[in-house]
Amino acid sequence: MTTIITIYTFLAICLGLSIWKSRAKTAQAFKIGAKALSNMAPSLLAIVGVVGLILGTLPPETISRLLGAEAGLTAAGAAAILGAITLIPALVSFPLAGSLLNSGATVTTVAVFITTLVMVGIVTAPLEINALGKKFTLLRNSLSFIAAIVIAIILGVILG
Amino acid sequence: MNAIIKFKAPIVLAFIYLALVAWTPDIAWRSSEVALDYMREMVLIIPPVFILMGLLQVWVPKEKITGLIGKGTGFKGVLISFILGTIPTGPVYIAFPMAGSLMQKGARLSNIVIFLGAWAAIKMPQLIAETQFLGPAFTALRFVLTLSAVIMIGQIIERLVGFKDLPQPKEKEEEKQN
Repeated sequence: MTTIITIYTFLAICLGLSIWKSRAKTAQAFKIGAKALSNMAPSLLAIVGVVGLILGTLPPETISRLLGAEAGLTAAGAAAILGAITLIPALVSFPLAGSLLNSGATVTTVAVFITTLVMVGIVTAPLEINALGKKFTLLRNSLSFIAAIVIAIILGVILG
Repeated sequence: MNAIIKFKAPIVLAFIYLALVAWTPDIAWRSSEVALDYMREMVLIIPPVFILMGLLQVWVPKEKITGLIGKGTGFKGVLISFILGTIPTGPVYIAFPMAGSLMQKGARLSNIVIFLGAWAAIKMPQLIAETQFLGPAFTALRFVLTLSAVIMIGQIIERLVGFKDLPQPKEKEEEKQN
């Protein structure tokens, strides 16, 4: 809710200034925005669809059961992959991660899940490719995946 | 016909949903619920973000962005990209189009990586939730490690990704086609 209020307030200020300064330029801004939106609409719709499918087949409870029950390398590996493919809002993912810890998952498993979740986005890759190109997207995601594993191991060694 | 090609992914997904309704209505129901939830959020957030992007394109000259987070801005550029990424709390899918327009306006690639990393991994409200559920030690350590990783990844990407690998501004592409 706060996000929405912030964005709309900011938009109102910017838009007000823009209209005051030049109507023509404001119209042009709308045109550019609409074009960019139509350009990205298929990817955005696809994201909605894929996120629905993933979270529909793998609700948080199932993830928690999959990752919490067995501690070990398999769980950590599964956590890395699940984190990379899913797109869970932060407000859901942290309680989920907390419940994972409580149900017996290791620090490494939880850390790798959280870190790949936020740093690697397979579902959002089409959008990223659209904006920044294939090579950038491929490199950023694969390097982030490796980094997530290293970060998780360090966290596991220090806190585990 | 063009529209069908453009929207092929969402159309295929719609068919998968329909197949699921017949096959496992349970999963179909849960999936549509999640998807509708996301859709509601997108409908509210996406339009203002794209208008803001349009305003950025029209009003902010390239030199300004280049001067803030472009080549040769060093630590200042890193800091600004980091702050830009941490302040707004929108979902990550709007960070990509924004990063794209910053890139077109002359931002350094390493700073784009920092912007995206900060946006996704190091948000203020997110850190508070993380501290609550996973503890301060976990949160602090992950914060420091993630930030270092993002800075390193930015350096690597900047060395490996050339100008030709980046998408060019759409208007120019169309001029070529015409």
